[in-house]
This record gives sequence, structure tokens and C-alpha cells, in this order.
Amino acid sequence: MAVEALGSTSRTTKVAFWNDPTVRGWVFQIVIVGLVGGLAYYLVSNTVENLARQKIASGFHYLGREAGFEIGDSMIAYSPASTYARAMFVGLLNTIKVAGIGIVLATILGTLLGVGRLSPNWLLSKICEYYVETFRNVPLLLWLFLIYKMISEAFPGPRQAINVLNSFFLSNRGLYFPVPLAHPIHEWMGVGLIVAIVATWFMARWAKKRQEATGQPFHTIYAGLALMIGIPALVWIAGGAPTGTSWPELKGFNFVGGTVIQPEFTALLVGLVLYTSAFVAEIVRSGILALNKGQSEAAAALGLSRGQTMRLVLLPQAMRLIIPPMTSQYLNITKNSSLAIAIGYPDLVASVNVTINQTGQAIENVLIIMAAYLTVSLSISAFMNFYNKRIALMER
Amino acid sequence: MTDVLPTGERRQLAPPVNETGAMGWIRKNLFSSWGNGITTVVLIVAIAWALSSFLNWAVFTAVFTAPSGQACRGHGACWALIHEKYRYIFFGSFPYGQHWRPLLAVVTMLAMLISSADRRMWNSRLIWIWTIGSLITFLLMFGVLSFPISFFLLVAAIVGGIGLSMRGVIAEPVELNAWRALAAIGVVGLILRIVGVMPAWSLTLAPFDYVETGLWGGLPVTIILATYGLLFAFPYGVLLALGRRSKLPLIKGLCVGFIELIRGVPLISLLIMASVMLPLFLPQGTTIDKFLRALVAVTLFAGAYIAEIIRGGLQSLPKGQFEAADAMALSYPQKTILIVLPQALRVVIPPLINTFIGFFKDTSLVLIIGIFDFLNTANQALVDPLWAGFPAEVYLFAAFVYFCFCFSMSRYSKYLEVELNKGTRR
Repeated sequence: MAVEALGSTSRTTKVAFWNDPTVRGWVFQIVIVGLVGGLAYYLVSNTVENLARQKIASGFHYLGREAGFEIGDSMIAYSPASTYARAMFVGLLNTIKVAGIGIVLATILGTLLGVGRLSPNWLLSKICEYYVETFRNVPLLLWLFLIYKMISEAFPGPRQAINVLNSFFLSNRGLYFPVPLAHPIHEWMGVGLIVAIVATWFMARWAKKRQEATGQPFHTIYAGLALMIGIPALVWIAGGAPTGTSWPELKGFNFVGGTVIQPEFTALLVGLVLYTSAFVAEIVRSGILALNKGQSEAAAALGLSRGQTMRLVLLPQAMRLIIPPMTSQYLNITKNSSLAIAIGYPDLVASVNVTINQTGQAIENVLIIMAAYLTVSLSISAFMNFYNKRIALMER
Repeated sequence: MTDVLPTGERRQLAPPVNETGAMGWIRKNLFSSWGNGITTVVLIVAIAWALSSFLNWAVFTAVFTAPSGQACRGHGACWALIHEKYRYIFFGSFPYGQHWRPLLAVVTMLAMLISSADRRMWNSRLIWIWTIGSLITFLLMFGVLSFPISFFLLVAAIVGGIGLSMRGVIAEPVELNAWRALAAIGVVGLILRIVGVMPAWSLTLAPFDYVETGLWGGLPVTIILATYGLLFAFPYGVLLALGRRSKLPLIKGLCVGFIELIRGVPLISLLIMASVMLPLFLPQGTTIDKFLRALVAVTLFAGAYIAEIIRGGLQSLPKGQFEAADAMALSYPQKTILIVLPQALRVVIPPLINTFIGFFKDTSLVLIIGIFDFLNTANQALVDPLWAGFPAEVYLFAAFVYFCFCFSMSRYSKYLEVELNKGTRR
């Protein structure tokens, strides 16, 4: 352009159109997209032909039909007469339940292990190190099998169940324990809990503002806990304090009444938590080690104890380094919960797999699995990105 | 501290606590404070209890040889089960008399992996090691290998094409003509083959009896799936990573979409997809081997993860490298293969090994679609009614084997991280 402006030869800048990078770029892109599109067309046309030949109907009509299979663990009302769609929803809820509890427990255990590896006590740090190496270097599926088989072999049958206070029964069918009978007041207690959580959130904001203004600390954790226990308890008392309880009882070969934590669920949860916590421990440890040594020395000079140093100085800073890799571990827990199918816990993949076998509609079902996991994964990463942005270093 | 001492008198301070020698070490690392000391004592008691009950079970009351599981009842660990089943666990249903073949295949693959770990081998020698090693491995596993002529033509076309684009500007005319001839033979031959002029010649090597993949099992399956899954995934992972960094919007969009889709779903869903949908994708009459389906799923999955790792390596390159390559008038393939990739890949070798460890463990998932990998053969060993009821022994044995592989690889990756950073560290 400068050359043109100077009025010398304007012809020299002109290149043949096949040497123009823009043209080349578009030609290249069109060729690649054409190839991919051609491949997709080839696969789809084959599939359509194969489906027509095998007389498999396509479409999602089957979702409204009766599923006809049992699901052992369901958070919402479900019977074999329910639809396929409901069976899948039950599976999805189970996936979310395992993943959610697993994420919380793995974070706690992993953080303890990671901090333990940095302990000045040689024995403790070695034990944490061996734990991490052992659990990291063996497939999760193997741990799941081992834990599941150990539960079903090591615990006695229902008749010889380990009996605690006549209310908790531990056997190879799981842990049975009493639950309150359904009562309308429970829903109001749930409302009370939500109110308490909202109130705690506002209280935390107020406490933070006050501490920033006056330096006065406030025991938000204790006050919040008191609210979250107190408000539902008050609602319960106001509702007449119903104490109807369903007790587990041995009838025939198994227990009736109460509720149960199934061995499949326990095995899956324990396996996921033990395995993932090893990875979380490494993330936490490297996050803390990456901090400048001056931080812990300055904290020590201020007279903070080791626990305070960790909680008030090191962990909040290490968080910034820890959050991104932690997000991928959370996603891993969610995705790894699909291994439930191997030990027979009815998660999403397990119920969809039964549906594939019963209806033969593989494509629709695989699409449903993928869509469901993509939604869950994307929501977790969206939330973690939001959290990461909030705690990121404010640079001015 | 505050007591005032008469002038001229120095207060006698106690000598500093000894921090050397065995006693000093114990004091410093185990009993530095009251809390520390209590922790140590509690841990020692717990370890002693756990270790003694484990050793009691695993060694002192264990049964090492027994005719059947009945003889183990009432004793500790039944290692006799492993003694009885170890050949099945390692080699699956491979014909019993031919077990030396999978054994040699495993040895060959391990030799390939170990020799590739040596930095002195990181040059064109690797290509020869892997070509010859893979040939030996699959010859041992299959027993009969048959290469159609189109395979050789495809290799000629690809090698010729790469040679032309790499050496195009700098090579002597003789060399250039050789590359041109190679590429031309490949392309023309392939066209002739597709049109049907060239007959369907093939080269068949048949030193042993043919063993179909359905009979493969155990350790060779696990190693083959992890190694070759990753090996096939590598080139396309590189392409995906380059595509994701590309300035062309359509290419970038395709690559980002594909990578995020694969990374967002669990491996199981891909395996289920490969096992039930792959047969639907192919034209009528083509059947695709179950083992190959699993390999396709593992490859697809691995590619997306490799792409993300390589993208990290590409991003770590300073911009000057790209600009210098442009200033030298290198074409895009030359710039990428000669300047960018050698530097980017060097950075990502340790994370790539960590990915390999991950895939080595994740291949155990193929048991869900009925492939007999190492974990699955261990599982099947439990089914025998004669030996029922000893899951812990078998799983601990399998865990030990997995641990040996993964732990040594993770140590190697750590060593390499230090070794490769020697130049930049002071």
C-alpha cells in the first residue's frame, strides 16, 4: 500500500489469484468442509439404508412407551409401568446424585490429603504420598469392582445383619435405617431450609462488609449452621412435631420399611471419592507449593498457627491456581460416574443401555446420553468459570 | 526473657536441639511438637495394626498351592487361585499351547516402549523401531497378516508427499525426482487400483496359525489398545490442535466443536456408540471386528485430549518463531513440521506420557462392550465355580500389575520433566 501511495509501480503488488492467501484459505476451507460433509452424508445414507433394511423405526416416539424394567434406586416415583423418558430421568437424577455427593466428598478428602502431604510430620506426609500413588496408578474400574465385591462378600446376609440399636441394619443388601413417615410438614421444612440458606447468604455479605469496615470478625459459619438447623426445627415444632417413623424390619429374605443405601451406590461413591481425591490432593499440593515461601513465613511472623496460616493465608491464594484443574476433576467425576453400569447401579448410561437393548434405537439413545452429559459438563464448567472469575486476582 | 540479669553475667542458654543423626532426625520429623508426637504415635499404632493383619492374611495364613478353592476356606489369602489362573489372566482365551506368542508380543511392545523412552533414540530410528516392532507384534498376535497392494501404494503416496513438501526447496534434483517418483507411483497406482485396472494383489505373511481377535485377551489387549489407540490418535490430535489454532473460521469451528463434544462425554458413551452405531454407519455387508470398534472409540477419544495438550505446547511458543519462519518464506507445512512442531512437542512430552497413563487405565472400560482386556480376564477368572469367593486376591493381583506399569511411567515422566528443563533452568 505504501508502495502504491508513493506512486511507483502499482502492478508489482498484484499476485495471481491462486497465490492470494485469502482465496487459498477459502478454497482450502471449502474443500475440507466438503470432505467432512461428504463423509457425514456417506455415513448417514448408509445408516438410513441399514435402518430401513432392519425395519427399525427412527425418531423419539419410543420415549412415551412403557419401559417395563425395574430400577433399584430411584429418587422420584418410578415403576416398570412408567415411560422410557421417566426411566432415563431417574437415571439422570442418580448420576447427578452420585456426582454431586462425590464432588463434595472428594474435595474434602483430597484437600486433607494434599495438606497432609505437606505436613512437617514425616510419617503423615509419607502415608498421604503412598495413598495418592496407590489410588492414582490403578484403574478406577478395578477399585469399583474390588469395593463392590468386598461389600457383598464381607458383610453378612440380611438374616445375620449387623444390628445397631435395632434401627440400623448393615448387610450385603446395604445399610437400612429408619426414616420419618411422609408428612406435609416436611415440604414446609424444606421451604424453611431454603429461607435459612438465603438468610445465611445475606448474613455473610453483611458480615464481610462489617469486617471490612470495622475489622470485627463474625462467626458466619456457626450462625449459618444455627439458622439452617433452627428454622426447619421451628417449622417442625410449629407443625405439631410429627414423629411417625418407618422402621426397617426383616420380612422373608430382606428388609421392609425404612430406607436403604444400596451397596452399588456405596461402592460407586466410595470408589469415585477415593480415586478422585488422589488427583485432588496433587492439585491442592502443587497449588500450595507454587505460592511464594514468603507468604507462609510472613504468616508465621504474624503469629498465626499452622492451621490459621493454611486456612486464612495459603488456601485462599492457592485457590486461584487450584480452580482450573479442579474443574476438570469435577468433570471427570461426573463422566466417571458412568462406570456405574459395570457394577449395576442404575445411572443414566445404565438405563439408556437397557433402553437400547429393548428398543434397538441405538442412535437416538446415544444422542440422548451425549446431550445429557454435555449439558451437565457445560453447566459445571460454566459455574466453575464464574467462580474462578470471582476469586481471580483483582489487578488494577 | 524479661528477667533482668546482673551486668557482666551472661545467661547460660541451653545448647540447641541436636538436629543431626538418627535421634535428631526422629526428633525433627516425628516429635517436633506435642501434636506432632501424638499424631506419630497414633499413626504408628494404626500402621502396625493394619500391616500385621494384612501380612497375616496375605502371607502367614495364605495358601499358595491348592487343588481347588475348597482347600483355601478358613485360611488367609488364596494365592493358589492366582497360581492356577495366571495364564488365563495374562493371555485370555488365546490357544493354550500358543501362549508364547502373546508373551513375545508383550515383550516386543515393552521393548519398543522402553527403547522409545531413551532420549538417544529420538530420531528417525524410532520410525524403524516402531515399524518393525509393530509388524512382529501383530504377526505374533494374528499369526497371519495380509497386506493389500493399495496399502503399499498409500504409504508410497504419503511418504512421497511429505518428502516433496519438506525437501521441495532444498533438495538436489536427484533426490527431488526420487520423491516425485514415489508420490507419482503411489497416486497413479491407487487410481488404477480404484478404477480396477490393477489386480487385487496382496502380500501374505503366514508363519503361524491364524488367531482371530475374539480370542485375544489379557495384557496384550490392554497394551495394544492403549499404545496403538494413542499412536493412531497422535497425528489426528496434532491436526485438530493445528486446526483449533488456525485463522480459518470454518476449520477452527469444526475442530473446536469436535474437541469439545468428545471431551464433554464419557468414554463409555463413545464405546457404546462404536459398538452399536459403527455397524450401522458402514455399507451393507461390511462387518467390523469388535476389537477394531473399541480401537476406533479409544482413538477418537484420545485424539481430542491429545489435541488439547498439543495446543498448550503450541501456545507456549513465542510469536517470533512463527514470524521468523514466515520471514524465511517457508510454506505452511514446512513451517509447521520443521519449526513449530519440534519445539511444541518437546514441551508436551511429559503431559503426553501422563495422558498415556490415563489411557492405559481407561482401556479397562472396554470390558463393558465385551472385550477381554486385562481387567476383564481377571474378572472372568472369578467366575469359575471351583474357585469362587476370592475376589480380593485376584483384584489385588491385577491392581499390582496395573500399578507397576503406571507407576514406572509416571516416574519416567517426572524424570523427563526435569531432564528436558535442564537447558532453561539455572
